[in-house]
Amino acid sequence: MTAAWFARRCLLIVYTLLVVSLVVFGITQVLPADAAVTLLGENATPAALAAVRTQLGLNDPAWLQYLHWLGRLLRGDLGISMRTSQPVAETMFVALSRSLLLAILALVLMLIVAVPLGLAAALRRGRAADLVVGLISYLGVSLPEFVTATLLLLLLADWLGWLPATGYVPLTQDPLDCLRHLALPVLTVAVVLVAHVSRMVRSETIDVLHSDYIRAARLKGLPPHTVLLRHALRNALLPVVTIVALDVGYLLGGIIVVEEIFAIPGIGRQLIVAIQTRDLPAIQAGALIMAATYAIANFLADCVYAVLDRRIRYD
Amino acid sequence: MIDLARRLLRTPQGLVGSALILLLAITCVLGPALAPLDPEAIDFLGRYAPPGSAHLLGADQLGRDVLSRLLVGARDTLPLALAATLLGTMSGALLGTLSAYLSGRWDEAIMRTIDAVMAVPGLLLALLVVATLGAGELNAALAIAIAFAPGMARITRSVALAARRMDYVNAAIARGEGGGWIVFREMLPNVAAPVVIETTIRVAFAVMLFATLSFLGLGAQPPASDWGLMIAEARPYLHQAPWVTIAPGAAIALTAIGFNLLGDGLRDAMNPRDER
Repeated sequence: MTAAWFARRCLLIVYTLLVVSLVVFGITQVLPADAAVTLLGENATPAALAAVRTQLGLNDPAWLQYLHWLGRLLRGDLGISMRTSQPVAETMFVALSRSLLLAILALVLMLIVAVPLGLAAALRRGRAADLVVGLISYLGVSLPEFVTATLLLLLLADWLGWLPATGYVPLTQDPLDCLRHLALPVLTVAVVLVAHVSRMVRSETIDVLHSDYIRAARLKGLPPHTVLLRHALRNALLPVVTIVALDVGYLLGGIIVVEEIFAIPGIGRQLIVAIQTRDLPAIQAGALIMAATYAIANFLADCVYAVLDRRIRYD
Repeated sequence: MIDLARRLLRTPQGLVGSALILLLAITCVLGPALAPLDPEAIDFLGRYAPPGSAHLLGADQLGRDVLSRLLVGARDTLPLALAATLLGTMSGALLGTLSAYLSGRWDEAIMRTIDAVMAVPGLLLALLVVATLGAGELNAALAIAIAFAPGMARITRSVALAARRMDYVNAAIARGEGGGWIVFREMLPNVAAPVVIETTIRVAFAVMLFATLSFLGLGAQPPASDWGLMIAEARPYLHQAPWVTIAPGAAIALTAIGFNLLGDGLRDAMNPRDER
């Protein structure tokens, strides 16, 4: 990982965020809603509307409005919510912290389940374990999150009564209760991830096990688990890092749905509410923050990949 | 073509997938004729009727027959998801091929912009498009098409770059053919295989994405019996009548599994050497 590669990769993130901000700002321009009417209500006098338009800079050309908006963005000012009249940035970052907790728990659960599952399937090709992985991966990618969520809710909360159905308890208030409330959402989003990753681990491990250096390690007389864990797994897991990074995209989408279903006040729910009430500053902020999270996750994955695999030289 | 179909049906995935898709196609064509009861008929005394002889899959919160709504609802769900996928993948394939044909600075500009658009997760992009255009099933379909195009463009470009270097393309350039001829008649037909496979698998995503948007209240609107909408409407009554939620959920899953299997079967049938 050279400094030049690092700098180039950072520039790419900046470019990506610029394009995203353009897309997000473009939506404001296309939307028929008039911000002044939204602020003052339908019965405002024309003079008051005109004053607010001047104050908000709505009479300026679009590119100037974009630059102003971008300038405020860089100073950390994401605007005031039209719905709650609160600063958007504060609401969104609090919501993001809750969503991140959910996302990290789902990723950890996925790694604990998917890697052994994929390994078992690769070692016992065509046998029961392989069949189970095949079935799970088809089911996992074929069930939308809202269906998985509803089924898990029905099974674990309604019929078995093991977990609370909805709601959110802050981690600082009661860590155990917080985890119990997060269990269903975490399980839901982890299903898709497990489906993707276990399949990937399986096919990569099969590839690696056929390679010459594994044969050499075996012929050298190394015990099977050393060959598997020290030689095969490390190389099989490399491409998995990339898949996990791409899956963060699914994860963010899944989080939007899951937060809506389980009533978790995270960033996805904020975004849905913002869209339903046409709260422009909140839509913009939510979309930007989510896209930035995705971009940063991909960047981190590239860094991890570069550190793990010395064969790849980024320059 | 017949050879391909035979090889497809010889793979287990291809066989099961084709059977499922055939079943769905029949449902879409004959839907209302197959429905045992009127899907809109409200029966307050028969609310939450469990699956039985009167209602094979039970009745919903308004006493409507779930099976009938499901069969009719296939028409609200599948054709739009299919159309959205085709629109998205075709425009993406065209853009990718064009980018590979133009090459150089244009290729660079198109691909970097596509990279940036792909930095927005699919569902989020679809949500933003629906937020701009307003809720509704046509807008949801358009949103899915827009969300699919960039990924498809990237896949097609990588295949088209190889096709670009082929002798038949050089021959066409040497003959003095126009850009349109080369893109449409020489290059596009030769990138078809991966595009077809990817399109098949993406129909599964489109069905799921469309149902998700309807579920969130941003796609199909009541009283349509779109499967996602059916689940959204039945969810408050999950405790009393779980079958109203489970039936459309299973329908969505079977559809997605069918297209996933068909896509995998096609991949095996088109690249017989890859034995994974």
